[in-house]
Amino acid sequence: MPAPTDRLPFELYRTMCRIRAFEERVGELFVRQETAGSMLHLSIGEEGAAAGIGSAMRAGDSFTTHHRGHGIFLARGGQPDRMMAEIAGKRTGYCRGKGGSMHIADMGLGHLGANAIVGGGIPAVVGAGLSYRRLKKDAVSVAFFGDGAMQQGILYESMNMAALWRLPVLFVCINNQYGMGTRIDRASANLAWDLRARSFGLEAENADGVDVMEVRGAAERLLAAAREGRPGFLAVSCYRFYGHARMDKSPYRTPEEEEEGRARDPIARLRADLLAGDAREAELDTIVEAAGREMDAAVDFAVAAPRPEPGELFEDVYGPDQPAPLPVRRRIETILGGGVAR
Amino acid sequence: MTGMSETTYRDALRQALDDAMGADSTIVVLGEEVGRYGGAYGVTKGLIERHGADRVIDAPISEAAIVGAAVGAAMTGLRPVAELMYVDFLGLAMDQLANQAAKIRYMFGGQVGVPMVLRTQGGTGRSAGAQHSQSLEAWSVHTPGLRVAMPATVSDAYHLLRHALTLPDPVVFIEHKALYTRKGGLDPAAPDAPWGRAVVRRPGRNVTLVAYSRMVHSALEAAAALAEAGIEAEVIDLRTLNPLDMETVAASVTRTGRAVVVSEACLTGGVAAEIAARIQEDCFDWLEEPVIRVAGEDVPIPVSPGLEAASIPGAPLIADAVRMMLP
Ligand SMILES: Cc1ncc(C[n+]2csc(CCOP(=O)(O)OP(=O)(O)O)c2C)c(N)n1
Ligand SMILES: [Mg+2]
Repeated sequence: MPAPTDRLPFELYRTMCRIRAFEERVGELFVRQETAGSMLHLSIGEEGAAAGIGSAMRAGDSFTTHHRGHGIFLARGGQPDRMMAEIAGKRTGYCRGKGGSMHIADMGLGHLGANAIVGGGIPAVVGAGLSYRRLKKDAVSVAFFGDGAMQQGILYESMNMAALWRLPVLFVCINNQYGMGTRIDRASANLAWDLRARSFGLEAENADGVDVMEVRGAAERLLAAAREGRPGFLAVSCYRFYGHARMDKSPYRTPEEEEEGRARDPIARLRADLLAGDAREAELDTIVEAAGREMDAAVDFAVAAPRPEPGELFEDVYGPDQPAPLPVRRRIETILGGGVAR
Repeated sequence: MTGMSETTYRDALRQALDDAMGADSTIVVLGEEVGRYGGAYGVTKGLIERHGADRVIDAPISEAAIVGAAVGAAMTGLRPVAELMYVDFLGLAMDQLANQAAKIRYMFGGQVGVPMVLRTQGGTGRSAGAQHSQSLEAWSVHTPGLRVAMPATVSDAYHLLRHALTLPDPVVFIEHKALYTRKGGLDPAAPDAPWGRAVVRRPGRNVTLVAYSRMVHSALEAAAALAEAGIEAEVIDLRTLNPLDMETVAASVTRTGRAVVVSEACLTGGVAAEIAARIQEDCFDWLEEPVIRVAGEDVPIPVSPGLEAASIPGAPLIADAVRMMLP
């Protein structure tokens, strides 16, 4: 539920601080070699997009994300401990340690899945929109993706379908200026992406991700339109503060550029705005500290969490009516023992 | 409707969709030309009149988004039947099928399944050319998480599709374009066998012919020809490729000692290779001869009718292979 207007900026500040604290802890978890692999994509610098849009969505709405989706999930109610456990490949994680950072999902919170295929999660929201209409459910489905997906054909197939069928769908591009090492102007000849969306018949807006209130306003308008069967597109511009993934030190960017980019900090910006109003430093510090403690606890939870049992390798390939695949070792033993390996 | 009646493969498929849609209001059909046009091969003709445009949805020519939308719909309460006009178009939709639909249950730790059916058709027989005639079932069989059905008979066209529309996982349902007009008996109350079980279509004791889809009929033709020379070939119709019923196959091969796997798909890296490998593993001690594959040639499918026919196995080649195997 959206918070009352006067508390809203504080709620958004809290959400953004929690996201940043979470992502910083993911970085630490990696350094401590407690993560499952290094394919971890931090959304530091992109908190304005996650908090602004996530807070404007309602319970019952659903979404898919790209590979840089921790912040979005947190903004939609994801529990940090279970998220961190999933990132560590533990069995108490959201996906029992089988999905990890790039495939985290939770049907209970409407998270239809993060995706490691650029653009891969986009058409699912079109299908969710079809479901909501047919099942008469008052819900919107939101696809979050990066600027890299603006160059993927599946986006345009999906935009066309959503517009054609007037589905309750919103497409959100989190434009952090880079797809790995490729800056947007080296990937796209025309950067007026909102015009692409408009040409399909979608409502379209641009928002500056450094200003979470601006993002929130645009999201409110577009979600309301989508709910009435006018699907939309929102491009949020921001800056990817750090490397593409944990191993990337961004040698393709100059220190000057990075400094300028990191100055576009949605958390610092909102803090300054709040302090210019009637907020007090101590009050905001309390929020930051609480977020830090919460995420420290999430790390402890993840580190202590049990790993999956070996037999879980074969679980959930199929639904319950079909037997699990036979382990290769068991096959070999059966065959050489003279039996029939199913 | 109960009791046996004669119908066609195409009409049996349509009846399966119609009956399933009548029984389950969450089923929607989504694809190119499935509504007003009635389906490129006429399978969905009339469904839009009976079930409405909300449930029989004409989609733009966007294979990836059709399959991707079906995935999202299946995760959120519908049971979509996505139609891919030709299996040859799978390349356009393969990410949504193989990376999304197939893996969602597993990647997400069993939280959710993707109960959708991807109906499509493949194979030769209409001089449709290299991009409209392939047998690409191996792509799906090689992807854990997908179930694969390939009906050969009118009865299976109906019953396998009805069963696919009750399953909790994505099913790739591959029809054969040359079978649509084939006639056969159908009793909607009596499937030939449960889902996942192969069926012996003709018993025999000298050799086992393992086939699926249209090749079942070629194998039966070969068996009839062989019978005239006193050779009794057992013909097994696999019906589903995932699950794969090796028990029925092994029970036969351990009796006959000889196995020929017949597939219209090109030979190398195909499903026939997988089945042959399993027969070799399961029945090694009983085999009198190497397991033989009679499969499509390793060439793109040519359009010229004579060349097209020569690119896939026919009954004469199957029968000759058997004769060569016998002492
Ligand atoms: C289909 C596909 N192509 C390429 C990749 C490799 N890859 C992973 S992330 C990435 C860049 C994506 O950029 P963007 O969409 O802007 O997201 P960001 O990482 O900036 O959040 C690439 C090329 C992939 N995962 N999927
Ligand atoms: Mg980017």
